[in-house]
Amino acid sequence: MDERTYIPFTEEMKKDYTILIPTMLPMHFKMIISVLKTYGYKADLLENYGPEVTEAGLKYVHNDTCYPAILVIGQFLDALKSGKYDPHKTALILFQTGGGCRASNYISLLRKALKRAGYDYVPVISLSFAGIETHPGFKLDLPKIHGMMYALLYGDLLMTLVNQCRTYELEKGQAQALADKWVARLGDELGSGAKISYKKIKQNYRKILNDFADIPVKRYNAVKVGVVGEIFVKYSPLGNNNLEQFLVDEGAEVVVPGLLDFMLYCVYNNVVDYDIRKTGFWKSKIMAVAYKFLCKKKNDLIAIMEDHGLFTPFTHFEDTVKAGEGYIGIGTKMGEGWLLTAEMLELGHTGVKNIVCTQPFGCLPNHICGKGMMKPIKEHNSDINIVAIDYDAGATKVNQENRLKLMLANARENLEKETVNV
Amino acid sequence: MSYQMLSLGIDIGSTTAKVVLIDGTDIIHEKYERHFSQVRTKTIEIVSEIRHLLEGRSFTVSISGSAGLGLAEAAGVPFVQEVYATGEIVRTLEPDTSVVIELGGEDAKVIFFKGGTDERMNGTCAGGTGAFIDQMAVLLDMTVEEMDAASLQHTRLYPIASRCGVFAKTDIQPLLNQGAAKADVAASVYQAVVNQTIAGLAQGRKIDGKVMFLGGPLYYCKGLKDRFKETLKLSDENAVFPEYGRFAVAMGAAIYSRKSSTTFTYDTIISAFEDAAKNAKSTSHRLAPLFANEQEYEDFRTRHAKADVKKVDITTYSGNAWLGIDCGSTTTKLVLISKNNDLLYTFYSSNRGNPVDLVREQLMNIYELCGDRIKICGSAVTGYGESLIEAAFRIDSGLVETLAHYFAAKYFQPDVDFILDIGGQDIKCFKIKNGAIDSIMLNEACSSGCGSFIETFAKSMGHTVQDFAALGLRGTAPVDLGTRCTVFMNSSVKQSQKDGATVEDISAGLSVSVVKNAIYKVIRAGSASELGENIVVQGGTFLNDAVLRAFENELGANVIRPAIAGLMGAYGAALYARKFSSSTIVSAEELKTFTHKSRAVLCQGCTNHCHLIINTFADGRKFISGNQCQKGLGLEKTDEDVPNLHAYKRNYLENLKGTAGKRGKIGLPMALGMFELAPMWHAIFTELGYEVVFSKMSTRKTYERGQFSIPSDTACYPAKIMHGHLEELMDNGIDTIFYPCLTYNVDEKAGDNHYNCPVVAYYSELLQGNMDRLSEIKFLYPYLNINTKRALCATLYKAMHEHDTTITRAEVQRAVKSGFDAHNKFRNAVMAEGERALKYARENKMRIMILCGRPYHIDPEIGHGIDKLAVQLGFTVVTEDGICQLEPKRPTRVLNQWTYHSRLYRAAHYAAHHADTELVQLVSFGCGIDAITTDEVRSILEDSGNFYTQIKIDEITNLGAVRIRLRSLLGALDARG
Repeated sequence: MDERTYIPFTEEMKKDYTILIPTMLPMHFKMIISVLKTYGYKADLLENYGPEVTEAGLKYVHNDTCYPAILVIGQFLDALKSGKYDPHKTALILFQTGGGCRASNYISLLRKALKRAGYDYVPVISLSFAGIETHPGFKLDLPKIHGMMYALLYGDLLMTLVNQCRTYELEKGQAQALADKWVARLGDELGSGAKISYKKIKQNYRKILNDFADIPVKRYNAVKVGVVGEIFVKYSPLGNNNLEQFLVDEGAEVVVPGLLDFMLYCVYNNVVDYDIRKTGFWKSKIMAVAYKFLCKKKNDLIAIMEDHGLFTPFTHFEDTVKAGEGYIGIGTKMGEGWLLTAEMLELGHTGVKNIVCTQPFGCLPNHICGKGMMKPIKEHNSDINIVAIDYDAGATKVNQENRLKLMLANARENLEKETVNV
Repeated sequence: MSYQMLSLGIDIGSTTAKVVLIDGTDIIHEKYERHFSQVRTKTIEIVSEIRHLLEGRSFTVSISGSAGLGLAEAAGVPFVQEVYATGEIVRTLEPDTSVVIELGGEDAKVIFFKGGTDERMNGTCAGGTGAFIDQMAVLLDMTVEEMDAASLQHTRLYPIASRCGVFAKTDIQPLLNQGAAKADVAASVYQAVVNQTIAGLAQGRKIDGKVMFLGGPLYYCKGLKDRFKETLKLSDENAVFPEYGRFAVAMGAAIYSRKSSTTFTYDTIISAFEDAAKNAKSTSHRLAPLFANEQEYEDFRTRHAKADVKKVDITTYSGNAWLGIDCGSTTTKLVLISKNNDLLYTFYSSNRGNPVDLVREQLMNIYELCGDRIKICGSAVTGYGESLIEAAFRIDSGLVETLAHYFAAKYFQPDVDFILDIGGQDIKCFKIKNGAIDSIMLNEACSSGCGSFIETFAKSMGHTVQDFAALGLRGTAPVDLGTRCTVFMNSSVKQSQKDGATVEDISAGLSVSVVKNAIYKVIRAGSASELGENIVVQGGTFLNDAVLRAFENELGANVIRPAIAGLMGAYGAALYARKFSSSTIVSAEELKTFTHKSRAVLCQGCTNHCHLIINTFADGRKFISGNQCQKGLGLEKTDEDVPNLHAYKRNYLENLKGTAGKRGKIGLPMALGMFELAPMWHAIFTELGYEVVFSKMSTRKTYERGQFSIPSDTACYPAKIMHGHLEELMDNGIDTIFYPCLTYNVDEKAGDNHYNCPVVAYYSELLQGNMDRLSEIKFLYPYLNINTKRALCATLYKAMHEHDTTITRAEVQRAVKSGFDAHNKFRNAVMAEGERALKYARENKMRIMILCGRPYHIDPEIGHGIDKLAVQLGFTVVTEDGICQLEPKRPTRVLNQWTYHSRLYRAAHYAAHHADTELVQLVSFGCGIDAITTDEVRSILEDSGNFYTQIKIDEITNLGAVRIRLRSLLGALDARG
């Protein structure tokens, strides 16, 4: 924007403002908050749920906007009104990709909503690698990104371990409790200000794996259900009516691809952009370095998981990229783009044949990458059982659960057939 | 499996409960009944009816159906998902079935058996189901049986939007108002259901082979069966409508129950259900009651009783009188007023499909009551049926509804600054500033905040609207039903029923929802103070005290509801008619011989082939409706010279012809981004030696041709119509088709970025994945970069060389150069024409309308001829891309990152700075991006005190409603001077 139409987050504000962060992935975000603490920020993860949040969103945001925007903005406004924070000492933060999907406009929508609700003085920080806005008091520099990257890696690891245990644990809630303990401990480490030691991190990976391996479980041949989709409703219990819990209660094991993959996807798009559009040669070269670095970090973690042996490791991102080939062009880069299609296929290849594709009602990129790809995916993989679920302020749980139940009924039948054949 | 096993299958759908009892292999009992939301009571009732069959035996039970889930869980009875249950029974009884189509109350399902079992259910949209058919029957004032019988007599089909009941209603109402035959409408409703099933559920898979039809509606409605058979081109052998159609799910549930080890006895099952009723836990959110106590209700009543008009006995009054008629979408209202504006006569009734007869009856009645004492000095008519009634009875004047309501409201509150009118299916609200209508908001394609919605619900629960409203006042904990479309609310109601909500709480909850929809969806206000200080509410829906109370509660302020809230349009019209001193209205004599016939014809004036309805009256006068332009009226064209940029651009694109070339033919679909880049691709491929063949501009047929391969029904119409364009090209023997993937559009340096929207950018990926025929031809959809010649050369050469190795880099370079030239020429021509239009309008003192949206909105099928309508109303029509060059780039409050939209913002600034220019924004239903752009365009205009008008367009758009909007705009402009 050529003329600044927003309130920047200043150096001054850094001293005594609390930055509010919306709920998406609580474990990941808590550790990110710890990283921010190292750099002198005070940040708070929002944990307000319930109908007031949706209500506030619907009241101040255009109702045809995607559901995640309504929820995130609703959560902010509900928090500002709660009296828990001094609005004059509070800033908000949102991630902005700058892509061609309307999600890049969440920030504008948030500012409009703040204005209507009488909080136009509250600064909103755009967290963006694309550098869409400038905030003197909040710069996304390499050290911060470096720290956050580990928060994501830890978060993804803990998330997958919880999912691999909670269906089978003898004492319900034990896996999550262990993960919470680790989140606190890792947060302290990341937020201590000490230099990040990769050696230590790798040690932590192993310790975490060992800890989870100690959880008493009774393993059985559970139905495995993968969850993919628009990033917010895929991860956020607030957005997907607590989908993971529902699936676990139905006796299924949930498989959710990690958040780092989305970051890798964003970086990789910049790498291949030169091949596709013949512009941005140098940018693609720089991004290629970042891509390699991130892949290495992920692959190190995978190697440690493989070495440990008890848990199913992540898929190498390089393989995820290949999984989508022949289905969708790598140039489809708005929203979750080709990654969404590739994740469905990747899940199928790794034995997770049942997939919930979550999307906000009327999500534009998902018309193409989600619903639009189901036919070809099923044609070539007749054993994949996909259900698309729309999430929306007006969509009811009963409808969603009815469709999920259908998917699960088919999943169980397929599992039975498989077991008989073996 | 023991064959002596006794099994009970219970299927509780959204509206009906079905029970089947199977003894061994024999069905010994079946029952089908509406449950009126009393799920638990009904279940206990129908099970106790078969006590004699169950007692003394143990049996297995399972429950299925969307409303059965809660009961099953609470009672500890096995649950089986209904689609799965259907699959179970079909595999058992008719294993050679290839597809099952099952329609229920609010669900529609398709199961494919051959080539990989695949089961589809309707998503959050319940359009095209039994509930929809019920709703439509109510609208036609027929029972479902009568409607079915009538449909068999149809002679033609009208296009009716099939996505949801709300849209369909907006299509059907005008058809009825204009006199279309009920038989034809009934059959068209069925056709809409068929289209919805195919488009919404088949999602690209062809329905063929042996098809079995199940569920209540398909069992009862013969006409519906016919429509399915005909549309799917099924032979008699392949279209199976089994006797047990209604019970398939219940039977499946019974068979499924045998897999379970749990058995029940009569006593245990009944007590399980009874316990379930006791343990009913409410999971849905509840709201505060409408009234805290009796006293509050009394105060409320006394306060509203004050806003009334004096009534004068018509049999004793003598002198002059004036008549006002409001021929609305669902109701007709008449008012006769005295010289003191007192009420002499009022009438309010549902149209029952034929407003002309109704008005005639009433006029005869009025003439009789008037005798020689009272003289009608003037008359005026407003509402949907305005032009028909005006013509039929020679009414002195018609006026647009919004003005009529303003006149009436002013009578009650001279300082009125905000009027909200909620009618059967319209919400109208307008702000008044300085004695003139300042801004108007009408509900678009959605009527979720409207009255007919409550009416339908009341009926489905077995109540009249009045009873239902009265019950709502007593609700102690109204259910929170959300604020979205009716269809979603249906499911919310279903959920609350599952949780055991009472009818009182549902009624109160619906009132709150209607109000919230009106405030937050249509008006989109943040608080009451944004609306105004002196608010008048009116329209039939506000006669419902529950709605009125909910509105006041939501606003936290008191409002005025005139006692004649339902008659305000007619009363306003009567007040307006006072300017006449002698009337042209048909006399009592003429009424006696008055006859009215209507017939439907297809206009042959142009390729649009509008469905015209010709009304003929006794004296030979004719009234024609349904036309998109003046041609069909048999009138001379008078607007030929008035510039219309929509027409200009269409003409420009249609004149791009191919020339035979050495490399054969290449097909380009005239849809989505092609409307912007056709000249460029045309030049490029012509230069490369291809004969370029464009598909024709769309018609309804284009859409239908491709609808079976649409995977995502909620995508926008301009995208969905793309399937038909490709089908058309392939049908014409084209074996190479080109529609590239373009993440970025041309960079006009007027925004923060220059993206295409995700749908325009990548729709080809979806087409390739879902249109089987594309694998038989060469479909080229390379990712290209059109931002510089160099980048386009590089990306296009790679793609084209792969396709045809004889293509050289030098050829591509030449082609790209002429492509860029052609694009610039096109843009320059459009801009020059835009400026000529502005000059023409100013020379001729005409108003200018920037009818803006996306380039593809000029398509006659997508734009529905709104441009022609605007010209008829006296506007000079320009487009955003014809005038945006006249405005510099300005800062926006949103991220200005799409090329098409940055033109919109500049066009909005142009309108904001020019008093003679109005902006009307066309928005495709389902366009997520326009949720952002419309708010921004609105702020740009309203910041400078201008009107903002938005028209939502979809598969079918009711031009009647568009006309009201544009006329209201004109009325408001005139009032402003």
